Amino acid sequence: MREGMSADGEAVVAAVEAVAERIEAERDHLTQLDSAIGDADHGGNMARGWAEAVDAVADLDDPDPETVVKTVGKTLMSEVGGASGPLYGGSLAFAAAELDGGLDRESAVAFAETYLEKVQDRGDASVGDATMVDALVPAVHTFKKSVETDDLPAVEALAKAVDAAERGVAFTVPLRASKGRASYLGWRSVGHQDPGATSTLFIVEALLETAIAETGADVDPDLDATSPTIPDEDPEE
Amino acid sequence: MVGLVVVSHSATAAEGVVEVAAEMGGDTPIEPAGGDGHGGIGTVPDDIEAALEAADDGDGVVVLVDLGSAVMNAEVAIEASDVDATLADAPVLEGAVNAAVAATAPDATVESVHEQAEAARGVEKL
Repeated sequence: MREGMSADGEAVVAAVEAVAERIEAERDHLTQLDSAIGDADHGGNMARGWAEAVDAVADLDDPDPETVVKTVGKTLMSEVGGASGPLYGGSLAFAAAELDGGLDRESAVAFAETYLEKVQDRGDASVGDATMVDALVPAVHTFKKSVETDDLPAVEALAKAVDAAERGVAFTVPLRASKGRASYLGWRSVGHQDPGATSTLFIVEALLETAIAETGADVDPDLDATSPTIPDEDPEE
Repeated sequence: MVGLVVVSHSATAAEGVVEVAAEMGGDTPIEPAGGDGHGGIGTVPDDIEAALEAADDGDGVVVLVDLGSAVMNAEVAIEASDVDATLADAPVLEGAVNAAVAATAPDATVESVHEQAEAARGVEKL
């Protein structure tokens, strides 16, 4: 453990490392998806950007969650070519402000919502355009509902968000892309899974993995987003 | 005078568009911003922001862009910059030539140059 680091900031650094590791492991997979409908750079761009982000946050002195996320965002903006730079990086850097009071369930929901808004605004994409928005919207909405309506612990809400993102990724396969490089293919983009939606899922999965490791929560990572909410008999405070 | 920035995924393309526009643009400051900073295809907000600063002499800048993420990164750069800059929704080469000519008018403003850049959307070649 690094000296003087707040617990929250440390957890966020661990999450950044987990995301980078996952993206690196999926580099070829993402590139294959992107070569079918795009310019075959998504895996390499994302892997390079997240590796640089790990280095950048390692250089921070006693970082808080906001600073860690802002640093990741700015690094991705300058290191990731293509639309992923402004979409992932710009939106993370912008939404980081929601964590200025630390990371808890409420600020996590605010962060997720602001991040989603910025992605949609910047990319001008809606659900059904076969983009990362198709994974992100169900994930964020499910997370918010699980926290605010069902009052689930954050880790369980995140597990449900992962399931929602999975459905969103599957949803991009039959769609005709209407944004980004894939839109140049017209109907030929149908039948292909969107790389941005897929990398969004990998990121949310890595966040869940980190949250489970950091909290020691006993959560089924394969939780179903639509399963009935069972009241928690022993809620963790 | 009003400056121009040409943003392309390719550093070579950005420089080439600047080369063509400069022939018509007299003293108009025109700056290229292209490439991913690693010798590859892409755009970088910091590079675009630096180009905005370089093209601005206080009267503002009109920005021409090529595809998708160039638009997004140009927006990011404009938001981060203190320069009075505006994106033109125009074909990058034709828009840059139109804008370069418009910027040489003695009463040129960011608005008038922007309008002329966007007028290139309707240019017919045949």
